Amino acid sequence: MTGAASLAGGPACPAPLSSTTRVLLGHGSGGKLSAGLLRDRFLPRFGNPTLAALGDAAVLENPGGRLVVSTDTFVVAPLEFPGGDIGALAVHGTLNDLAMMGAEPRWLTAGFVLEEGLPFDLLDRVLDTMARAAAAAGVPIVAGDTKVVERGKADGMFINTTGIGTQTDAFRPSPERTVVGDAILVSGAIGRHGMAVMAAREGLRFETTITSDTACLVPLVQVLQARLGNAVHCLRDATRGGVATVLNELAQAADVGMMLDEPALPVPGPVAAACAVLGLDPLYVANEGVLVATVAGDQADAALAALRSHDLGRDAVRIGSVIPEHRRLVQLRTAIGGRRIVDMLPGDQLPRIC
Amino acid sequence: MKYLAEYQDPDLARALIARIRATATRRWVLMEVCGGQTHTIVRQGIDELIGDRVEMIHGPGCPVCVTPLEQIDRALHVATRPEVIFTSFGDMLRVPGSHTDLFHVRAEGGDVRVVYSPLDAVDLARAHPNREVVFFAVGFETTAPANAMAVWRAHQLGLTNFSVLVSHVTVPPAMTAILDSPDNRVQGFLAAGHVCTVMGWEEYEPLAERYRVPIVVTGFEPVDILEGIAMAVAQLEQGRCEVENQYARSVRRDGNRAARELVARVFRIVDRQWRGVGTIPASGLGLRPAFAAFDAEAKFDLAGIRAEEPEACRAGDVLRGRLKPHECPAFGTECAPEHPLGAPMVSSEGACAAYYNYGRTRLPIANPT
Repeated sequence: MTGAASLAGGPACPAPLSSTTRVLLGHGSGGKLSAGLLRDRFLPRFGNPTLAALGDAAVLENPGGRLVVSTDTFVVAPLEFPGGDIGALAVHGTLNDLAMMGAEPRWLTAGFVLEEGLPFDLLDRVLDTMARAAAAAGVPIVAGDTKVVERGKADGMFINTTGIGTQTDAFRPSPERTVVGDAILVSGAIGRHGMAVMAAREGLRFETTITSDTACLVPLVQVLQARLGNAVHCLRDATRGGVATVLNELAQAADVGMMLDEPALPVPGPVAAACAVLGLDPLYVANEGVLVATVAGDQADAALAALRSHDLGRDAVRIGSVIPEHRRLVQLRTAIGGRRIVDMLPGDQLPRIC
Repeated sequence: MKYLAEYQDPDLARALIARIRATATRRWVLMEVCGGQTHTIVRQGIDELIGDRVEMIHGPGCPVCVTPLEQIDRALHVATRPEVIFTSFGDMLRVPGSHTDLFHVRAEGGDVRVVYSPLDAVDLARAHPNREVVFFAVGFETTAPANAMAVWRAHQLGLTNFSVLVSHVTVPPAMTAILDSPDNRVQGFLAAGHVCTVMGWEEYEPLAERYRVPIVVTGFEPVDILEGIAMAVAQLEQGRCEVENQYARSVRRDGNRAARELVARVFRIVDRQWRGVGTIPASGLGLRPAFAAFDAEAKFDLAGIRAEEPEACRAGDVLRGRLKPHECPAFGTECAPEHPLGAPMVSSEGACAAYYNYGRTRLPIANPT
C-alpha cells in the first residue's frame, strides 16, 4: 500500500485517489483499489453469473463429452495495431486452438499482468475488444485474475487465456491423421498479422495498408465439420512461424512429405512488397485468422467450397499435397518450375542488410 | 506489383531457360557476385533448371559472410559496455563471434537494437544524449551511401555520442582477387545490380578487358538472373568480353552520382580483411580523417581485439568459389544454421545457408533431420 499511497499524492490522503487515469501498483494490492478495478472495468464488460459470483474458483456444469483444454499467453508490442489489439489475439488465439482440435469452445478464463502506469483508456479498449470477441463466439469468461507489476517490468500488459471445450468422435482432426494423398488447404491470405505488427512496431518508413487478420475461426471450422466431418484430417492455425512452420510440424508428426505449389500461395500484394523490402518470407510470417487444413484428396473441392461459403474462408485455396517422398520435409515447386525445401527456421526471421 | 511480378513471370523464365540451354554449346562457369542472387538461384531452383552446361559458382557478395571474425568480436565487445546502445541490421545479430553472438549479448543485458536504417541510429543518439550509440556499418557499396549519410548527419548535428564500427568492402577488388587466383575457374560474372545502382559499371570495364571476361550487371528476381546468365553465355559463345547491363531499370553507367559523392566525402579506400579470404589491398572503405571522431574502433580502443577463424570452417574456399557448400566436410553436421561455424551458414544470403535451407533434397548428403 505504501507505493499506492505515495503515488496517490501525499500524507493528507491515506485513501488512494480513485480518479486516476492509469493503473497504479495499488490496483494489484487486493485492497479497495483492486476491488474497484474489478467492479468498474472487468465485471461490467465480462459480466456473467459464474464470474459475478467472485468465488475463488468458477463452478461449471459438466456438459458431457471429452474435455479439451488450451492455454496461451499473449505478449505483443504495440498493444494495439492495425486490425486488432492484444485483447482480440487473446480471445481468438485460444478459441482457435480449441477449434483446431475439433472442440466446441465452452468457457474462457483470462489472467492479466498489468504494468504500473498503463492508461485506463487503453485497458478499457482492450477489455472491450475481449468482451466483444468472447460474446461473438458465445463463450463466457468465467474466471480471471489481475496482477500489477512495477513500471518497466511488463510491456504494458500481458494476457493469459485458457479455453475449455468439448469434443466428440464425429469430428477429431489431429496431426497424425494426415496421410499421403491429402490436399493441403489454407483458408485465406497469408502474412497479414505479422507484417501489420512489424510495420506498427518498427515504424517502418514506408506506407502500408496491411491490417492484422485476427479472427475467431470457430464458425469456419463449424462449416467444415458440418460438410466434411472426419474427412478433415488435421487443422492448424498458422500463427507463430507461419504456414511453413505449421506444415513442418505436421510433416514430422504424421511422418509424411509435402509439396507446395508456389504460385498458389495467397500472398496479398502489400505483404509481398513489405516482405520483399525487408528480405522476409511470407511463408514464415504469423497469421491470427488463417487455418491450414489437410483433407482427404477426393474431398478437396468440397472442402474448398465449404470454406469459401463463409466470409472468413472466401479466399481459401489448395496450396499443395501430401506426398510419400522425402518424409518429414516440406518442399515447394517454384513459379518457374524449380524445387526447394521449406525448412523450419532456427529462430526469428531477420531483416537483411540489402 | 510493378517491377516485381513481371520479373517473376514463369513463361518468361521458361523461355530464358530454353535460350540458355540452346545457346550453350559447351560447359561454362559463371559466378554470381552477390548473395542476394545466390539466394534467388538456390531458392528458385535455377541452378537445376539451367542444365549442366552452365555451372554457377557463388561469389563473395554476402556482407554478413565476409565481415571478419575479429570485427564481429569487436562489435560484441563494445555491445557489452553499459553506456552503449549497439545498433545493427537484423541479420548481423546471429553471426557467431569467437565465443558468443549479439543475441546472447542482449540476453545478458547488453542494449542491442535492430534498426532498419543507419539514420535510425542517429535518431537514437539524439534521443539518448547520455548514452553512446554505435552502429555496425557493414556491407558493400550498396549500404555505403546510407551509412555515409548517417555519419554526415551526425557530423552536421554535432553529435558526440554517435560512432560507427566500419567494415565496408567493395566488389571490384574481390573480383580481381578471384581472377588473379591461380586455380580460378570463373569465365564470366553476374555483377551485383544493387552495387552498380550506386557505383555504375565504369569500374568493371577495365576488368572485363584485362581478364577477357564478360560481366553482366544483373538484378535479383528469377527473370533477371536468367536473363543475366543468357547474356553472359551468349558473350562467351561469341567470344565477346564486355560489360552489359541487364538491370537497366535501375542501373546507369555512372551510377548514382549524389550517392557516390557522399560516399567519397565520408569514406576513403583502405585495405580490408575478408572473412575466410584474408586481406585484399584497397578493397574496403574506412572513415576519412575528418570523420575520425565517429570511428568506434578508435573511440572504444578496439584495434587490439584479434581473432583466429575456426579451422574446420572452409568459408574462404566457398566464398572464392573453390568449394561448393555441401562439399565442405562440416556442412550439415558440425555446421548448420542452428550452430553455424562460419558466417555463410548464418545469413539468409550466405551460400551455405541457401544450400542447407533450400536445396537439401537435391544434394548427395544424409538428411540431417
